[in-house]
Amino acid sequence: MMIRESDWGHYLEIAAAWLLAFLWAAPLLYATWAAFHPMDFVSRFDVLSPLTLDNFRSAWKVAPFARYFLNTFMLVSMTLTGQLILCTLAAYAFARFEFPGKETAFILVLVQIMIMPDVLIVQNYLTTSKLGLVDTILGIGLPYMGSAFGIFLLRQAFKQVPRELEEAARVEGAGWFSILLKVYVPLARPTYLAYGLVSVSYHWNNFLWPVVITNSTNTRPLTVGLSIFGAPESGVNFSVISAGTLLAVSPLLIAFLLFQRQFVQSFMRSGIK
Amino acid sequence: MGTSFKLGLIMRLDHKTARWVYAWLLLLPASILMVTFTHYPIVGGIFASFFSTPRQGRPSRFVGLDNYTAMVNDPVFWQVLTNNFLYSLGAIPVSVCLALLMAVWVNGKLPGRGIVRTAYFTPTILPMVAVANIWLFFYTPQIGILDRICGLFGIASHNWLGDPHTALGCLVVLAIWKDAGFFMIFFLAALQGISPELEEAALIEGAGRWYFFRRVTLPLLMPTTLFVLVNATINSFKLVDHIFILTKGGPDNASSLLLYYIYEVAFGFWDTAYASTLTVVLLLILSVLAVTQFKYIEKRVHYQ
Repeated sequence: MMIRESDWGHYLEIAAAWLLAFLWAAPLLYATWAAFHPMDFVSRFDVLSPLTLDNFRSAWKVAPFARYFLNTFMLVSMTLTGQLILCTLAAYAFARFEFPGKETAFILVLVQIMIMPDVLIVQNYLTTSKLGLVDTILGIGLPYMGSAFGIFLLRQAFKQVPRELEEAARVEGAGWFSILLKVYVPLARPTYLAYGLVSVSYHWNNFLWPVVITNSTNTRPLTVGLSIFGAPESGVNFSVISAGTLLAVSPLLIAFLLFQRQFVQSFMRSGIK
Repeated sequence: MGTSFKLGLIMRLDHKTARWVYAWLLLLPASILMVTFTHYPIVGGIFASFFSTPRQGRPSRFVGLDNYTAMVNDPVFWQVLTNNFLYSLGAIPVSVCLALLMAVWVNGKLPGRGIVRTAYFTPTILPMVAVANIWLFFYTPQIGILDRICGLFGIASHNWLGDPHTALGCLVVLAIWKDAGFFMIFFLAALQGISPELEEAALIEGAGRWYFFRRVTLPLLMPTTLFVLVNATINSFKLVDHIFILTKGGPDNASSLLLYYIYEVAFGFWDTAYASTLTVVLLLILSVLAVTQFKYIEKRVHYQ
């Protein structure tokens, strides 16, 4: 009797877990259904409804998605390149050098982990405008390039590198900079991967700062483009919106589905600072 | 004192100074950007909150606490602040509990575990703007999914996003759906750190699964829960993307949050001084949360 009762509980749990999974997947599945069917079939779940690619064609025609893709691609790669270079240098200083003001400098870095540029849109807009970078892709990425989070992660990775390796390289006559490039950077590869994935997803998805700082098609990233395209004023129906949305998220979504493990682990790492 | 000793000292000092200079040079590029876009705007924002907004022909001037007085007397400020607390209060407990539940399920012997985990986590990596576009359609009166489901139960069609009583709730539901899977992975990491032998031993001793969960697992998860709670609260003040798509803060600011209001004041009304004043409040809230989190991080370091 006891066993049967707990069996029932077990099945109930499985059913609940699957129901929740279905609910969580439903919006995306529904958008996929809508994107591949004519609008008339959007709320009629008939397996035999005709499939079509027209929605993707009209989405591509209505909004300059190619340009948005290019902008997002440039933004993401430019931001990541800047972050990797600047954070590597700064993290090296924190991990392996003693210098006056180190403690203070590190506390100032921690401030940015807590208060990110995302909430400082008002003053940052004024600064960016003084720098003449409003409505440029560099202007979107620049506030994020000195990334406290990147410095923090890489500093931890560098600190775990055994000193002996550094000593050995020094004996062979390597200078500080070549020690960084030949010893530290290669050994921190997993951290670079984790940070890279988090940074790319973050900037692919970021919206508030880009919407503040851009005002033309030539600079708007995908997220900002989607918000204009999806607005009711644009007069596009839900099937086309779904198609556009799928287009915009597909590169990241496919990458995620292929490298799920790395993504999940990177996000985990990014939280547990 | 021998000359050779003096010389050695100078050389050593030089070497040390060279290291200092080198370290600061390494730090310089990142520092410049951080100061420009984080520290300067924090200080500059506080400074700007004591001045008036420069308008055409009227330069900015010192106004003391005028902006703060205006803020205290601004009913919209109090409304968005209340909204923000209601939003956090509505979204966070539910998403954190769901996250815990998800983690327990995904960590156990569940058939199709991989698919279930993917389903839970996927909303996390999608842009908020994109998913809000999809949800906008769900909430549409009559043709949207929500109204259709309600129709099955004989509930009349409702303008979910247009009604001040339900608009904020719509944002809360979306936030729960978006974040639960993200919080799940932190619980999952913590659960994987608990040795399975512990549970086996307890079960052999006759403890029920629920009893074990309540008395052993849950206390062990407390630090993670605190971490997730603080992060979730910070997020609820920092992420307002969905408002742009779903409600634009309306109707009548019923679904506006603090950061969205800052955006409107700054870039809709171009009142940068008042927007800076509002930002100071947001910074205060975030600082309190940050200190809580920092204390927690310090504790973790002690554990390790």
